[in-house]
Amino acid sequence: MKIDLEFTLNGKNVSIETEPGKRLLDLLRKDFKLTGTKEGCSIGECGACTILLDKLAVNSCLILAGQINGSDIITIEGINEADVLHTLQQKFLEHGAVQCGFCTPGMIISAYALLLEKPDPSYEDILNALEGNLCRCTGYKQIISAVQDSAKEMMQD
Amino acid sequence: MKKFEYAQPKSIDEVFQYLEDPDSVIKSGGIDLLDLMKEDLIAPKRLVNIRSINQLSFVRENEDGTISIGPNVTLSELADNEIITKYFPALREAARLIATPQIRNAATIGGNLCQRSRCWYFRSIDFDCSRKGGSHCYALFGENKYHAVLGAKSGCAIVQPSGTAVALMSLNAVLVISNGKNEKQLDLNEFYVEPAQDITKETILENNELIVEIIIPKEMRNYKNRYIKLKEKQSYDWPLADVAVALKMNGIKCEEANVILGSAAPIPWKSKEAEFELKGNRITKELARKAGEASMEEAFPLAENKYKIRLFKIVVYRAICEAIGINPYT
Repeated sequence: MKIDLEFTLNGKNVSIETEPGKRLLDLLRKDFKLTGTKEGCSIGECGACTILLDKLAVNSCLILAGQINGSDIITIEGINEADVLHTLQQKFLEHGAVQCGFCTPGMIISAYALLLEKPDPSYEDILNALEGNLCRCTGYKQIISAVQDSAKEMMQD
Repeated sequence: MKKFEYAQPKSIDEVFQYLEDPDSVIKSGGIDLLDLMKEDLIAPKRLVNIRSINQLSFVRENEDGTISIGPNVTLSELADNEIITKYFPALREAARLIATPQIRNAATIGGNLCQRSRCWYFRSIDFDCSRKGGSHCYALFGENKYHAVLGAKSGCAIVQPSGTAVALMSLNAVLVISNGKNEKQLDLNEFYVEPAQDITKETILENNELIVEIIIPKEMRNYKNRYIKLKEKQSYDWPLADVAVALKMNGIKCEEANVILGSAAPIPWKSKEAEFELKGNRITKELARKAGEASMEEAFPLAENKYKIRLFKIVVYRAICEAIGINPYT
């Protein structure tokens, strides 16, 4: 049985009729064509599918559509103003924090969630916030630098 | 994953109406549940979503001094909660160290207490192990690096993976369990089921029952408590050995002691031997070491997990020292 969902997606009110047992990841990628969110492990270990649900980072592969009615969802497509990269995206590029790029959307969303809560995070805070995002290319050093640099620049703005 | 219905009850009463059907299962955070469903280990006809029921999400200080926790409280909320941080650092630490930030933002304390074992034979649909109705335990004579060193002789070598269960048991937590008609209170100590009792279930919770509240007794605020988890890697991981201690101290003398071992046995393991060493005695580093040794007196390691014996001896020692403010490393 399908249900009607209404929620906020990247700042816009949206509604859709869908199966409540559908994974949020599939709803975003297939129904809303927001393919920036990636599917990696499908069991909550890699963090490639990370999105913001009511300002908290969660694995969209482990959230079912039925529970998101009325919530506020932000994906990688929703963090920047039209055609201008978000500071985090810009800094990831500058620091070479992107290689194959598959983990990057999830990584940036986790960092985005951190900076929402703690605009001036410590090194430890960054490690903890990115703990649930695996990257097999960069070795993390550039990613951590990019987040540090973003925080610094965003504090100045 | 098989198709299923998704029920969205608006009230606790409505939850119990759905649970009258034995093919219904409760879903809150749904983390472990979806994992089990994706591997086809379970195929419920209907998920009953309780995540949206706000009355099940609370941490409060009651008038009688007890602390109550609702089953829907997420692990992040628990780790950030001021009351928990103030009185129960063991519980705060246990919640903080589970899985990843994303999982902690979704997983709930009720679900964490009820999660099933991570044993790779149990988790694989290809192994018809004793816990799934098969004839024997593959772990006892197979790959058993992460398995039990205590209580495994009775035909299943899983370990209970919940860190919050270890901490809550050290805090003498009581569960309020309801089936909609009757409510009962049960010591967390009596919640978990050993394989010898019933190999098909890890907890006494029946399909039509729900944990509606977790209560920590008032006097536990005066217990010095500490939780330590050892992992294989520095980043998120399941525990190799985790220990919670809660000690009622009168000066340097220990009047009451709870020592609980996690990832040691098929249930969170209350180490009566370690507690016996501590109770009634003045705690020194030597005594803490002795308690660590005692915690493994009854251990029966398997071929690949002898290392756990050393780990537990050390973690018990460290947790006791740190609980009462002795530096264990000097």
